[in-house]
Amino acid sequence: MTRTVTDVICPFCGTLCDDLEVVVSDDGKELHEVYNACAIGAEKFLHSQAKDRITRPRMRQEDGSWKEISYDEAIEYTATMLAEAKKPLMYGWSSTNCEAQAVGSEIGEAVGAVMDNTATVCHGTSLIAVQDIGIPSCTLGEVKNRADRILFWGCNPAHAHPRHMSRYSIFPRGFFTGKGHTGRKMIVVDPRPTDTASMADIHLQIEQGRDYELLNALRVAFKGEKLPDVVAGIPKEKIYEAAETLKSGRFAIIFFGMGVTQSLGKNHNIDEAIAVTRDLNEYTKAAIMPMRGHYNVTGSGQVWGWQFGFPYAVDLSRGFARYNPGETTSNDLLRRDEVDAVFVLGSDPGAHFPFSSVKKIYNLPSVVIDPHETPTSEVCKVHVPVAFVGVEVGGCAYRMDNVPIETRKVVDAPEGMMTDEEFLKRVLGRVKEIKGV
Amino acid sequence: MAIRVNLISGRTIQQGVAMEAGKEKPAYTTACGIIELDPADFKKLGAFRNTNVRVTSSYGSVVVKAVEATQGPHPGVAYIPMGPWANMVVNPNTYSTGMPTFKGTPVEVETAKNEPVLSSLELVRKGCRGELA
Ligand code: SF4
Repeated sequence: MTRTVTDVICPFCGTLCDDLEVVVSDDGKELHEVYNACAIGAEKFLHSQAKDRITRPRMRQEDGSWKEISYDEAIEYTATMLAEAKKPLMYGWSSTNCEAQAVGSEIGEAVGAVMDNTATVCHGTSLIAVQDIGIPSCTLGEVKNRADRILFWGCNPAHAHPRHMSRYSIFPRGFFTGKGHTGRKMIVVDPRPTDTASMADIHLQIEQGRDYELLNALRVAFKGEKLPDVVAGIPKEKIYEAAETLKSGRFAIIFFGMGVTQSLGKNHNIDEAIAVTRDLNEYTKAAIMPMRGHYNVTGSGQVWGWQFGFPYAVDLSRGFARYNPGETTSNDLLRRDEVDAVFVLGSDPGAHFPFSSVKKIYNLPSVVIDPHETPTSEVCKVHVPVAFVGVEVGGCAYRMDNVPIETRKVVDAPEGMMTDEEFLKRVLGRVKEIKGV
Repeated sequence: MAIRVNLISGRTIQQGVAMEAGKEKPAYTTACGIIELDPADFKKLGAFRNTNVRVTSSYGSVVVKAVEATQGPHPGVAYIPMGPWANMVVNPNTYSTGMPTFKGTPVEVETAKNEPVLSSLELVRKGCRGELA
């Protein structure tokens, strides 16, 4: 017999869809089917059932092979490594819950670590911009119920947030948007005619990396001032058309992604995008929101925000919290050889950092906590598999619009596996013993 | 023949699905060990679709399979889905922002018919040990 767990939250992307239904065996040990999720979300749940899943911690041998070790040994290695390091980097924190993040920061404080999360390679530059000039934002509920002008800038939700458009931004019939997508105008800015762009009313196929110019041109166009014939590869008529479309709406929302944050200009591009939003408020109601990608990355920014005052790149090595992106951010630290141990939890820098940084991790004492075998586990000295947060453990996670959601456990983890939180608590206890605090 | 193009990286749904199914599996290599080229750039390169190519930037070099862009046309712009293959060649400089420059790396693409596309784990392992060509 099976039973169906309803209202399950998907732990893949920042959309945090909360309407999944998961069919599990009666004893809660096996997961059979996932409904309502997109292809990526469904795969995330199903993969927890992989027959070849690694269920015990392991340590790298001299010859490159793995040796199984106990959780106790893994805890001892991790605690000693962190306690002995002068300036360890504790990176990741996006695929776990806020409870584990909070314990992680206690460890970071005890050992004087640099705490950094995956925002450092996705919306870190957005956070810098927000601190510089603030952000007029809203919730996804408001988007669903009110927004009739949707601008996707440098993001491709059809691929990266597959249900975002159907649940919140384009297709749903909200309270004031009863016509669904027919009542909405969709604008996409992207150097490629992406699957998202092909659905848009207006696609501005911008020359890659020239976002600042085009954003600036929009501000000029709002005011009806003169533009050069072509800006960032776009004829001025199209820019005026896009500006008019945005101004004529009742509620405009700008969603922006990696195209803006990872291209040259970086935080300045976002400054300008926020300025566009502010200008637009002269004519209609407008808001802007980063398309946060990685499950609970928003949550780790929140947790550190209330604990340390900064959302990422928090350097605790001097006994108090410092924050200086470009200096206290993971890739800069690794590039400058400024950290002497690396602890990774809830992320895969081995796959998603530039290779020069991966190589630095390979040459340092390192531990990775991850349910899966990944390029990071391939370069770390110790790999600790844990229960799958969002599938085998519940807890708090924040959606991309900063709304906290209590996530659900749907199946049991394989026999004898620890959760992130348990593992971190044990490491914290041991660190305190070593440090005598 | 080698061509010069502007490289961007990012998510694709295939990348997401394959990644969640296991980065050690061949499907991940199929989804991310590729470069999407515009038909016009294929013509300039003088190569058939689905041949292996070597992509080289000032920061590194990697062998991937060249496929025709599904989200095109965009002559002069190439695309490698985010992952270890793209990260062998992207610009790691953060210019004091913390953010590597993952988008907009000038690269050279040349055919490399007889060189294999390595799996993700092999690629980082060999790279770290200095065993890559
Ligand atoms: S859109 Fe995101 S949160 Fe929703 S099911 Fe897909 S991966 Fe999960």
